[in-house]
Amino acid sequence: MTMLRHAAAIAAKDLRSEFRTKESINSTLSFSVVILLLFSFAFDPSPDMIAEFGGGLLWMVFAFAGALIVNRSFARELPNDCIDVLVASPASGASLFLGKAVACFVLLFGIECICLPVFGIFYNITWWRSLWALLGVLALGTWALACVGTFFSALTVNLRLRELMLPMLLYPMLIPALLSVMMLTNTLLTGQALPPDFSVWLRLLVGFNIMFTTLSVYLAETILVR
Amino acid sequence: MRTKVILGLGAVALPLLLRNLYVIMFLVPDEMEQGPIYRIFYYHLPAFLVAACGYLTALVASVMYLVKKDQKYDAIAVAATETALAFAAVNLVTGMIWGRIIWGIWWAWDPRLTWALISWLVYFGYLMLRSAIDDPTERAKNSAVLSIFGSASVAVTWKAIEWWRTQHPGPVLSIRTGGVQKIDPMMENMIYVNFLALLLLGVIFMLVRLRQEEVQREIDGLRRYAHAAN
Repeated sequence: MTMLRHAAAIAAKDLRSEFRTKESINSTLSFSVVILLLFSFAFDPSPDMIAEFGGGLLWMVFAFAGALIVNRSFARELPNDCIDVLVASPASGASLFLGKAVACFVLLFGIECICLPVFGIFYNITWWRSLWALLGVLALGTWALACVGTFFSALTVNLRLRELMLPMLLYPMLIPALLSVMMLTNTLLTGQALPPDFSVWLRLLVGFNIMFTTLSVYLAETILVR
Repeated sequence: MRTKVILGLGAVALPLLLRNLYVIMFLVPDEMEQGPIYRIFYYHLPAFLVAACGYLTALVASVMYLVKKDQKYDAIAVAATETALAFAAVNLVTGMIWGRIIWGIWWAWDPRLTWALISWLVYFGYLMLRSAIDDPTERAKNSAVLSIFGSASVAVTWKAIEWWRTQHPGPVLSIRTGGVQKIDPMMENMIYVNFLALLLLGVIFMLVRLRQEEVQREIDGLRRYAHAAN
């Protein structure tokens, strides 16, 4: 219970700090819209093509945006050695990690909720036909990105090439989650009938989240304590 | 002692590799549909099995490092990972050559190929992470954690892509097919014998790499000592 209270305090601190400066939100949001725009120049998006890989396009945008958000997660604690103060505080490594992951999740999910209608307008998709299921899948995929991303942000925070190392380590690791969330989003975006392997992808996504959340919480203390 | 072990293993591995090369090239018959190119399979599959053994060794050594905090396990983990990556590269390249002849293309986004490439990228990231950290304790700790994450991710990816339709040939070894003989027993035995030869070679590579790592650590220690003394 104490752990969750500490995690909530860390998440609230991170969100408050972000909403005051808006440095991650503004840059990530504008970056996502630019990427969505660039995709439309890269190919002529016919309705058939979008039905085939709309989910993939959308998640590529979210994956790029996610790397920007999670990169800042621990990096913002570097000035004035704030990270050492956080590690020395009564909050455990696990609660510190959880709090930061939740803050990243909230920010990223918010950005996704803004990008989704923009995507619908640019690519002419009525994306709200399975709205609640789509939001549920987005939440699961976003948690996978936020959880593993925040953990890797802690792992790479002191590296010289942090901005380069984080995506290089993160994306191959995220492939099972990205794979399943792209498949699920693709189906839900276009309102197609659910394919027979729908539950397999959903189980994979849920299983990925459970497995990596457990691993991250368990190993967070090891990574953070220097 | 270790030098003697390396030389002993080399004395067994080298004649075995040469003998296998001779048997594969001149004694085993051509495969009925694929012709002579199928011979690459005697290196492709055993190289994958040796790489898998290396990944597994790295995982065990990484867990042991986190439990015991002994740098020896970190050295084993990096030696095993580098050896595994070399054999995984052999597996990928031989598979691509086979694909070019049989499928007409160098690379297909086939689940097994994709899985092998993802594993390679994950463990290559492990080596990149190591090279970016100067402090030995920090490097050992972070890379041990990454190795555990990597193996979990690779296991999940492997399961995920198993659900896709694959154009890669299915399992042929009778231990994977529940005793059903899918290839000639002579061919199957040759795969096991060449696996043994490549495994011995892998162990030699690992032991040599381990010694390099230990010498490097000793040099680093002496350098720190010299700096402190000045």
